[in-house]
Amino acid sequence: MADLLALYRTMLTIREAEMALARLFADGEVPGFIHLSVGQEAVAAGVCSALTPRDSVASTHRGHGHALAHGLDLHGFFAEVMGKASGVCRGRGGSMHVADLSIGMLGANGIVAAGAPIALGAALAHRTRGTGGVAVAFFGDGALAEGVMHETMNIAALWRLPLLLACENNGWAEFSRSETQVAARLSALAAAHGIPHRELDGADALALAEAAEEAVAALRRGEGPRVIEARTRRWRGHFEGDPQRYRDPAEAAEAAAHDPIARARAAFLAAGGEAARLDAIEAECRAAIAAAIEAARAAPAPRWEEERSGAYAPAEG
Amino acid sequence: MPELRTLQAITRALADAMEADPSVILLGEDIGQAGGPFGATRGLQERFGPERVRDTPIAEAALAGAAVGAALTGLRPVAEIMFMDFITLAMDALVNQAAKARFMFGGQRGVPMVLRTPHGGGLSAGPQHSQCLEAWLCHVPGLKVVCPATPADAYGLLRSAIADPDPVIVVEHKGLYAMKGELADPPEWTPIGRARLARPGRDATILCYGAALHWSLAAAEELAREGVEAEVLDLRSLQPWDEAAVLESLSRTHRLVIAHEAVEAFGVGAEIAARMADIGFDELDAPILRVGAPFTPVPFAHPLEAAWRPDAARIAAAVRRTLA
Ligand SMILES: Cc1ncc(C[n+]2csc(CCOP(=O)(O)OP(=O)(O)O)c2C)c(N)n1
Ligand SMILES: [Mg+2]
Repeated sequence: MADLLALYRTMLTIREAEMALARLFADGEVPGFIHLSVGQEAVAAGVCSALTPRDSVASTHRGHGHALAHGLDLHGFFAEVMGKASGVCRGRGGSMHVADLSIGMLGANGIVAAGAPIALGAALAHRTRGTGGVAVAFFGDGALAEGVMHETMNIAALWRLPLLLACENNGWAEFSRSETQVAARLSALAAAHGIPHRELDGADALALAEAAEEAVAALRRGEGPRVIEARTRRWRGHFEGDPQRYRDPAEAAEAAAHDPIARARAAFLAAGGEAARLDAIEAECRAAIAAAIEAARAAPAPRWEEERSGAYAPAEG
Repeated sequence: MPELRTLQAITRALADAMEADPSVILLGEDIGQAGGPFGATRGLQERFGPERVRDTPIAEAALAGAAVGAALTGLRPVAEIMFMDFITLAMDALVNQAAKARFMFGGQRGVPMVLRTPHGGGLSAGPQHSQCLEAWLCHVPGLKVVCPATPADAYGLLRSAIADPDPVIVVEHKGLYAMKGELADPPEWTPIGRARLARPGRDATILCYGAALHWSLAAAEELAREGVEAEVLDLRSLQPWDEAAVLESLSRTHRLVIAHEAVEAFGVGAEIAARMADIGFDELDAPILRVGAPFTPVPFAHPLEAAWRPDAARIAAAVRRTLA
């Protein structure tokens, strides 16, 4: 039961944070463009629940959830996405680059599939250094069309690296159905590489957490890479402001029926849990997010003079 | 001082770096068991084991990307790309990931990786195994690019590159691998960003790097017989480059020729010429001239490639033009 509550808290943090970002974006308080993972929270929460801060996570353009689930601080997160000096990346990265290297959060990524070889290298480093850590590469179903995904699977399998490939299969690759983009099924690709593959309901946080725990334990035992494929739904547009003219409204509406948070709530209540505990978590999440947003609003804008030399380490001496 | 070949200097630098720092690992195609396509890593797998000297599949994108991830996770990977031409396949990892991580993550950490790769023609290796593509990388903020021309600098720059907190591309010239030269005992490190005066002179400055150093020295020899004393400056580091040393030399000779094997158009020489035309304008007694390859792919057949490559005669002719 404790597990379910922790998952609930993580999912709710992601949901509330992203819905707040949607409003902030609409109000012009978030510059650039953002990709939300609303509806997909169980994947980030479930997979990351099996990790510790010594483990590494490489993420995608839709990376807020992964970053928060792996422990990125809300204050640094909101300030970054809102382009403030107190952002975790000092306002130099933004939504697609939120990262906290001190906890192995190796960054969201603006390049589709680029996180996969980075996680591969992190897995290699864990193995070589004997840290006992593992690496997770989150990626979307559309990323399977990129060559580097296949290179990564090949090397991970050959070297039996502690790499979990976590696919968020939401059916979409930007504005196209991914079945029009990728001929193979991930299960078949994994099998071809001899990598154990599990396909799960991406709205079932508990099942995902259990699968991740099992997979991560296998990684830590040195049994080689694993694939977890979560069938999930993208509730919103590819990016905020996406008019989604390419999308059948019925499909979008159907997506919203798969709510991992409502499901966790129902499971908790059905098992005799008290609604008050869920409500308390909700209130705490909301308060923490409101505080982070207020702090970000009050934070100074970054100044070019302070950031311009940041491409290289400062010269010694 | 003992003499050795460039290739042996590279092997020695790798071995010394691995000896000094257990976080240094090597990654590349055929670098382990086979000792490297050119032999730069010969003996290292036996010495340091297959975990630290890793033969990778033919997968440049993943190999470079893995170097980034490993560098962010506590290792100092030295990746080898067999021919510089193949760097096209590793560009995302270099340009979008390695180069940007320090900046876009707000300075949390750098990517202490090295990528070694041989460039250059002269071996009839043809259009896809001869290119000098270093200018692409010099154009990307966050990367450092060096190009040794002697065994001592092959050793010294590689040691500095491996110890550097940021990603460094070490461009080697495969035509220089067999060249012999002296290496101090113990060998010295070459600081990144510092040019070397290879031959002092007073009448004109020839600025060069890589194989063009040896053509430039030959050109200076030829010019000396005509009574022209050309100064030869070996750039060694292309990004960052030693602006102060170039300006200082130009301020004495008042004439500048920039020579490299890479295609002349939009090259390293173009950047340096533009910069010197700005900050060195008052010192110039003649237009800055560049000597680089023509704007075509590198041809295969020997007479075509020989005609394509810059050489001492073209460099000497350019110096004479600045003096005319
Ligand atoms: C290399 C590259 N190509 C194209 C894009 C543009 N792009 C951004 S997200 C995306 C779709 C990715 O689909 P998927 O991997 O399934 O992730 P999802 O958006 O569904 O989470 C595309 C094409 C990009 N960012 N990087
Ligand atoms: Mg998708």
